[in-house]
Amino acid sequence: MALVLNEEQTMLQESARSFLRSKAPVGHLRGLRDSGADKSFSRELWSEMSALGWPAIAIPESHGGLGFGYTGLGIILQEAGRTLAPQPLLASSMMASAALLQSGDEAQRAATLPAIASGEKLATLAVDEGSQHRPNEVSTRASRNGDGFLINGRKRFVLEGTEADTLILSARTGGKPVDAAGISLFLVPADTAGVSISPCRLLDTHLVADMSLEQVQLPSTALLGTEHAGFATLEYALDAGRIGQSAELLGVALEAFERSLAYLKERKQFGVPIGSFQALQHRAAALFAEIEMGKSLVLNALQQLDAGTSKLAEIASMTKGKLAEIAAQATAEAIQWHGGIGMTDAFEIGFFYKRARILEALLGDRFYHFDRFARQRGY
Amino acid sequence: MTELVSFRAAVRDWLEQHCPASMRKPMVSEADLCWGGRKYKFQSEEQELWLRCMAEKGWTAPTWPAEYGGGGLDRTHVKVLQEEMQAIGARTPLYSFGLHMIGPALLKYGSEKLKQQHLPPIVRGEIHWAQGYSEPNAGSDLASLQARLEDMGDHYRLNGSKIWTSYGDKGDWMFCLVRSDSEAPKHGGISLVLFDMTTPGVSTRPILLISGKSPFTETFFDNVRVEKDQVVGGLNSGWTVAKYLLTHEREMIGASGVRQPSEEALGSIAARSIGLDGKRLANSLLRGEIARLEIDSAALGLTMERARDEVQAGVSLGATSSIFKYYGTELNMRRQELLMAIHGMHALEWSGPGTADGQIPRTWLRSRGNAIEGGTSEIQLNIVAKRILGLPG
Repeated sequence: MALVLNEEQTMLQESARSFLRSKAPVGHLRGLRDSGADKSFSRELWSEMSALGWPAIAIPESHGGLGFGYTGLGIILQEAGRTLAPQPLLASSMMASAALLQSGDEAQRAATLPAIASGEKLATLAVDEGSQHRPNEVSTRASRNGDGFLINGRKRFVLEGTEADTLILSARTGGKPVDAAGISLFLVPADTAGVSISPCRLLDTHLVADMSLEQVQLPSTALLGTEHAGFATLEYALDAGRIGQSAELLGVALEAFERSLAYLKERKQFGVPIGSFQALQHRAAALFAEIEMGKSLVLNALQQLDAGTSKLAEIASMTKGKLAEIAAQATAEAIQWHGGIGMTDAFEIGFFYKRARILEALLGDRFYHFDRFARQRGY
Repeated sequence: MTELVSFRAAVRDWLEQHCPASMRKPMVSEADLCWGGRKYKFQSEEQELWLRCMAEKGWTAPTWPAEYGGGGLDRTHVKVLQEEMQAIGARTPLYSFGLHMIGPALLKYGSEKLKQQHLPPIVRGEIHWAQGYSEPNAGSDLASLQARLEDMGDHYRLNGSKIWTSYGDKGDWMFCLVRSDSEAPKHGGISLVLFDMTTPGVSTRPILLISGKSPFTETFFDNVRVEKDQVVGGLNSGWTVAKYLLTHEREMIGASGVRQPSEEALGSIAARSIGLDGKRLANSLLRGEIARLEIDSAALGLTMERARDEVQAGVSLGATSSIFKYYGTELNMRRQELLMAIHGMHALEWSGPGTADGQIPRTWLRSRGNAIEGGTSEIQLNIVAKRILGLPG
């Protein structure tokens, strides 16, 4: 497959860019923050995105989607990264959908995917339990209880957890606390008795949820996939999410870089544009080269995800690790090139630095993924 | 699509029949690279046979037009050919500056006569081309070169010298940048000329490098006769051709940062050499550096692929060769540093029984030149900053 966008994808990119620039520029995120509302994103904006078909893009037509593939969704996430537009696409349309498509039975898919595709309902993964992303370390327990399961435990840092209608929850049905085997996945309506959700605001104003699960009674039909063997599906959905994050990180890096490059040409000191200084030119050129590498990794990963590669773990970790590094470099350079004004809250560039940090840390930071990449390669 | 499927089947059959068994084994040293040329001594009959078979198909230069001996394939078909070669581990049949430097320049700027004369022998690996670019006082500032070309009526006469001629002692013909008009502005008085290195007045002297090897020579011209029809792209228009040629050279050098399918992965070498502690390499800091290198190398490979796909799709960025040259050579130097660490004290062995003649440390030492030859890393960053990013000054 050629590593270029086709005509349809290019059009999608252009329309997403123009929509986000007019409806959800960085000022939108600032407004959401300053309003003090306990919201992760704007429902009005989400309705408009839904009307454009965005939540349906990666979902197959047989399940009410548009069948545009993850590459299509990645293109939108990349553009969302450029304007830092808050939206639940990654959690709901990328990760939760991926898990449902991978392991859901017909009834489960029919009950969830069309509503996710239309944007009416949101789903998310509830995975992490501590401050380190270690999806195999599951202490939340699901024990057989009559015909169903009884769940007790705690989940933290759940993306869009305050807004989601359906949780896809990892819980231990067997094995030791760090074993991949013995993890099962469950579909849990967020309003199930015993699920209590409290919001936690992160440094870039996004909300995640802290969830406690006390004596949560689920029917047997809540089991997603095979009992004890949910980890492969979980990893698949997480890898889809990591690739989606990489697309968003690319958008963050690109926007921060382009804004800063423009500033190098405008800002004068010593009577000349600061971009005429070789010390800055070389840093800009080196960063540009890194971003070009990032573009190739992201497009490759999206295409490979769509093609059902057998090396998804290796590709996802390579891509997420590297894009996290590139975005961190791009946004830190952005502050430095802007000088003092880059440190102010009134100026937008700092928002990019914050978003890059959030995207890096959730679902595994660069160190997690470099380590995982090496393990995949056998060393 | 069906045409491509049958092309793939035909390529597979042909390779199966024509690629000798020994040409499907990984290359272990630089001596395994086939450079061709009049003075080249084939390592084996099979190496020679493999080159001849591939050259007959035009697949040593798969994208060149068939009328000049090339394969006449577009990008999609070349990808298929490459994939099928990789699938059986087939070696690249020919390494040549003809294929990667002067050939593309002739295709774009050469007269019909020059194309007919020079391209088919390049495809067949019959002529080893040498590059006459740098001079002792024209390194990064290449356009200040002084080798002088004078008009003698029915021919030209060349005097001066070049330095850093790769394998100059093995060269058969030279493409050479010369000053043909000393009155014109710096970039305006330069020509690219071609001549046989057996012409009287051409001599070379090897340069001993820190690697203990001499892959470069100085090359001297003492009243060398150059024929009038051997100017590429017109008299005094050589700078444009030279820059175009450099983009091909830079892409070629940059590719050293991408692991070839026939090369063993760094992580595997490290696992064998250092050992594992459980499932992880028994040196955690080195392990992280290796992972980062492997990821960067894969990213560069994908980016080179993307750039070729973009050219095919007509959305090329331009000046990408400078990015590849910069990134690829920095990567290769990192890779060589890591290999030195991976091999431990074994990597210090220079000569003697069982030392592979110091191949590891010599390759490490040679790699420092990667960020200098073909335009330094700093020159590449200047080009990116000005031509792509549009920064002033």
